[in-house]
Amino acid sequence: MRREAPRSWRDYLPLAFPAAMLIVFFVVPFGTMIVVSFFRRQQAGFYTPDFVFTNYARFLTPFFANVLGFSLWLAIAVAALSMIIALPFTYLLTRAPRRSQTAWLVALLSILALSEVIIGFAWSTLLSRTAGLTNLLVAVGLMDAPQALMPGFGAVLTAIVYQTLPYTILVLYPTMARLDPTLAESARTLGASPIRAFFTVVLPVQRTSIIATLIMAFIFALGSYLLPQILGRPQNWTLSVLITDQAIYQSNMPFAAAMAVFLVLVSLGLVGLTLLLGQQREKTS
Amino acid sequence: MISSRFLARLSFAVVAVFLAAPLVVIGAVSVNKKQMLNFPPQGFSIDWFAQIFTDPEWFRALIASLVLAALSAALAVAIALPLSWFLWRRDAPWARIFQVLGVAPFTLPPVITALGFLTFWAASGFYGQPWTAVIAHAIFFVTLPLVTLSLGFSSLDRSLVEAAAVMGADDRVVFRTVVLPLILPYAVSGYAFAFVLSLNEYIVAYMTIGFVMETLPIKIFNALRYGYTPTMAAVSFLIVTLTALVFAAIARFSDLPQLMGAMPAQNDGDIKATPSRD
Repeated sequence: MRREAPRSWRDYLPLAFPAAMLIVFFVVPFGTMIVVSFFRRQQAGFYTPDFVFTNYARFLTPFFANVLGFSLWLAIAVAALSMIIALPFTYLLTRAPRRSQTAWLVALLSILALSEVIIGFAWSTLLSRTAGLTNLLVAVGLMDAPQALMPGFGAVLTAIVYQTLPYTILVLYPTMARLDPTLAESARTLGASPIRAFFTVVLPVQRTSIIATLIMAFIFALGSYLLPQILGRPQNWTLSVLITDQAIYQSNMPFAAAMAVFLVLVSLGLVGLTLLLGQQREKTS
Repeated sequence: MISSRFLARLSFAVVAVFLAAPLVVIGAVSVNKKQMLNFPPQGFSIDWFAQIFTDPEWFRALIASLVLAALSAALAVAIALPLSWFLWRRDAPWARIFQVLGVAPFTLPPVITALGFLTFWAASGFYGQPWTAVIAHAIFFVTLPLVTLSLGFSSLDRSLVEAAAVMGADDRVVFRTVVLPLILPYAVSGYAFAFVLSLNEYIVAYMTIGFVMETLPIKIFNALRYGYTPTMAAVSFLIVTLTALVFAAIARFSDLPQLMGAMPAQNDGDIKATPSRD
């Protein structure tokens, strides 16, 4: 059955429910948020319709610049670290027998789906003084007394990499899995070591997919919200934390909305870049 | 070459330890006999698991989470199925915009969807109603059934459908007798994905109903602020197990590598798909 263009309004009927749901419950809330970002804030959590840029003007304060700078730097560090681990791992995974691939995918998906609350709690336990990693080091005699490894930047970074790594692997997985195995094989036949073949043949072929994955991992890490709160100090808080704080505890919806709009613009810009890269790839291949 | 195989084994082992370590620790502390955070655990007790069901607050959160996940995943599939069917059946390029809309909430940082719903429910006066979280999660996770179903439709053999149509079946009959049975595994795995993610989701649930009721992640986080209780570890371990079981079930009933974007398995699969490298 070939795809046919819809002829009468009845052909559009199946589209009615999904379209209505997505418009009413995604486009409208999104639009509401944008509109509210231009509203004027009143006392006690209320706001009045207006068209002011004061909420956006607050971006120019050093405090906001600090939080934004930290969020971006954290997301870049997380994306880079995840990629360094994920690249060789995903390559090896796609070469493994299908049964063990499936087992790994189950494990990766489970961790990806896991609540940030649980990941934060698990890492705070692992890095704690009474039940943590350092007890193990004391037991084997490498340390004198157990120590708490949190709160701090290292704990936040580790936990967000933990959360982002499965995502990075799963985004890399499709193109890696479809990579022609004869490419690396011919490099081997011509005398390259497996590691050399990986760096000189596999990586260059995967270039655009790697950049796209980096961007996706960056956006994913940018959304991290609970881990900086559970494992970090206030100076390790991200833009997402600030948005929630303004919306709920400071009752400043217009400012929260303005920050959210800004975050959308950053993310959308990056997604656009990813799509552009994808199109270029299609053109060249 | 032994060394390259050894390197491969080693990197698998390192990633496995990194991924498993925190989960092993919460599993271990959840059976600790004393009401303290100790590792290695002292004594063995499953009292904390029992407490999830006997403590009314934890039990209420468990039920709230399960109901929310079941309903929102169903609604997500109900939105995704007709949409992906329409995109497969009809040649209407502009309708793709709805696919983009369906994928968008999941691609953007979650706080954006959360805040969007908070402003929306507050403006419309429904803020705090339990059903608002069902809709919020359904929209937030509609991406997952949308992706699995699109994949399902694209792997559907059009000649089968053609045959049914030639025999005189109209769209409705074709859908019920041919399309639906073939597409069902993809709908089920889309449902399972959305269910598991909803069960674990914090920020959207928190911003829509967080002040009125508690889901399990909200309850864990609230409890975490007042210090550690072993029930937290037990609940976390329960969710981890449930999550892994659902994905294992998806893997059991469908080709998970293909679902995640690899080539479909070949019949002589494993041997041919993995060229020897040593």
